[in-house]
Amino acid sequence: MTQYFNPFVIPFTVGVLLLFGICVFKWVRWVRQFDRLQRTLLRKNILSWKFIPAIWEVVFEVLFHRKVFKRSFVLGYMHTSIALGWFLLIVVGAIEASTAIAGSHPLWVPIFFKYFGKELPHFQGELFFNFLMDLLLCFVLSGLLLAMSKRIYSQVVGMKKATKHVLFDKFTMISLWLIFPLRLIAESVTANRYHNGGFLTQSLGELIRNIFPIVSQNAFWYFETTWWLFYSLALGIFFTAMPFSRYMHILTEPFLIYFRRLGIKEDNKPTGFTKFELSACSRCGICIDNCPLFKELNITDVQSVYLLREIRYKRLKEEIANNCLMCDRCVVDCPVGLELTKIRRQTRYKKELDTAGNYKYVDDIQPFNAIGRVAYYSGCMSHLTPGIAQAMYHIFEAAGQKYWHIDAEKTICCGRPLLQQGFEQQATDLRRKNTALIRESNATMLVTSCPICYQSFKKEYKLNIPVMHHTEYIDKCLKEKKISIEKQDLKVAYHDPCELGRGCGVYKAPRNVLKKAVKLVSLKNEKDKSLCCGFNLGNTAIEKEDQKKIRDAALQNLLRKKPDIIATACPMCKKALMHGVDNQVKDVAEIVSENLQK
Amino acid sequence: MIDFGYQINKGRTINLDVDRAPLKELEKVVPSFQSCIRCGSCTATCSAAQFTDFNIRKIHTKFSAGLHDELAEMLKPCMLCGKCTLVCPRGVNLRALVVNLRKILKEKEL
Repeated sequence: MTQYFNPFVIPFTVGVLLLFGICVFKWVRWVRQFDRLQRTLLRKNILSWKFIPAIWEVVFEVLFHRKVFKRSFVLGYMHTSIALGWFLLIVVGAIEASTAIAGSHPLWVPIFFKYFGKELPHFQGELFFNFLMDLLLCFVLSGLLLAMSKRIYSQVVGMKKATKHVLFDKFTMISLWLIFPLRLIAESVTANRYHNGGFLTQSLGELIRNIFPIVSQNAFWYFETTWWLFYSLALGIFFTAMPFSRYMHILTEPFLIYFRRLGIKEDNKPTGFTKFELSACSRCGICIDNCPLFKELNITDVQSVYLLREIRYKRLKEEIANNCLMCDRCVVDCPVGLELTKIRRQTRYKKELDTAGNYKYVDDIQPFNAIGRVAYYSGCMSHLTPGIAQAMYHIFEAAGQKYWHIDAEKTICCGRPLLQQGFEQQATDLRRKNTALIRESNATMLVTSCPICYQSFKKEYKLNIPVMHHTEYIDKCLKEKKISIEKQDLKVAYHDPCELGRGCGVYKAPRNVLKKAVKLVSLKNEKDKSLCCGFNLGNTAIEKEDQKKIRDAALQNLLRKKPDIIATACPMCKKALMHGVDNQVKDVAEIVSENLQK
Repeated sequence: MIDFGYQINKGRTINLDVDRAPLKELEKVVPSFQSCIRCGSCTATCSAAQFTDFNIRKIHTKFSAGLHDELAEMLKPCMLCGKCTLVCPRGVNLRALVVNLRKILKEKEL
């Protein structure tokens, strides 16, 4: 056994032991902090078949970084070369060691195999292993080169803005960067002496022999173990710093993917699962580039990457938490698939300000008997764009559908705007009243015109009837031939509202409807990549002038193909867009109602 | 003296030299607060005002004058729906105003 020991393995071994000790301690603590629902799901599904797709996803996301590749090839290559390359270096190294050494050997041997294997007898496939290990090291080093140039000029990997890291992250990053060049040098020096290198390490070894005179060449030999010690130190430092730095994501993400497959989700309050999410953020900064606050207002310190970091290090400032449109654009981009908007909402919780019983006044509203009717909830904002409700009346009548307009006169808010600002109890109060009203009415279905309400009814309410946005309802009526429309020769650009599109995944219904009524043009940024109108209720930190800049960017995207009309499906977006443009801005319902066939 | 049925109001004094700190604090987080022209559009469109005597303009005016009593209670009916913010001709961020006002009043225990 002693032939496989040299003091230089100590930093590495200590680092690995610390790393796994700290990680296991953290993970166990986080799992114990799961709330009841999350714990039930974990217990119920822990040994289910969901294990298999989770492994699949771990391989594709953690090793291959599939979602990063989708974003940009170079960026994907950078991440994959380091992750997959390093992983394979460890795996192939372990295979090589067990091929070369009969019987057991300490765990560090594969990591320092070139050193410990230098005087072993030749074994089958030695040349192949030498070649493969060098190839893998090349692969990692190429990624490293990209990573370094990204720090200087982020456009190299297709990013407009790279994350601005804290000092500790930079320190850990440099220790990671040093690992591979040091390994290369250590292996080359050993290869120089024992001729056991591959195409890269052997050549570099020969180069050292040829460039330096005989004295310094010998000096390289005397310091052989010193180079290996440096390599081991870099590993040890990196492993010890890892659980406290952004690199914790490497080991946390597989667990997060598995938990997500078991059905575990973020709750309204932060739990142990949130801690897994916070640590699974790699701070890659992909969330920054498409953030409207960065693109239009050049605000660079509030994006999700910084939010998560500040929460994790327990020093979050309110200004960061509040300055976000909650448009979900970063959620689409996040390669780890974190529930960024939900985590942000947790941080806005207002504690003692969130008093109960503020809305006793809504209790006076009497229930309505709506048996056989569709309940129509136009939402607060529709009261500023009454054309939408008028159009819906028209459509209901044409479809021969009796309806009940819940908030025709007195409006009870759906509660989502309060929830977005962290007033949970108050939002619950409003939800309770609305739920009671809708249940007692015995209506057959709920149709809503406002995507904010729609998302609320879909996700936060527990109603016993189907909930539809009006575009979905119109689409259904058209398919069932309850109504029919005449096609007009007009070019229309459709603006996807954040809450309807990214929030609820309704992309098809409004397009189906519009294609039957007009000529729909395609846009550069649409569907899940659509631009926010800037007036989303999520943000209370920016002022109207700034909101207008974001709106103008959205308009620019819409106007590129010179449409006759801009269509949208949200009263808020309509109100926002119509004041910034000469073209007509119409809701999908209005376009349909104008072109109904009698 | 002949009584014509009119009377002159007794002189009323409002002390405006009150603590301006809460106002300054609000103006810092919601700068648009200063552009208000007291037109009352916000109050006219308010959802909560359909049910109660909730009056955001009144709250606004009282707060600017440093009259803090009962303001916290008066702010409670707001549902944060945001119609007021959309109709404001001066671009006052009224939702931010309500959220921050609730917070400032709580912090200062007013």
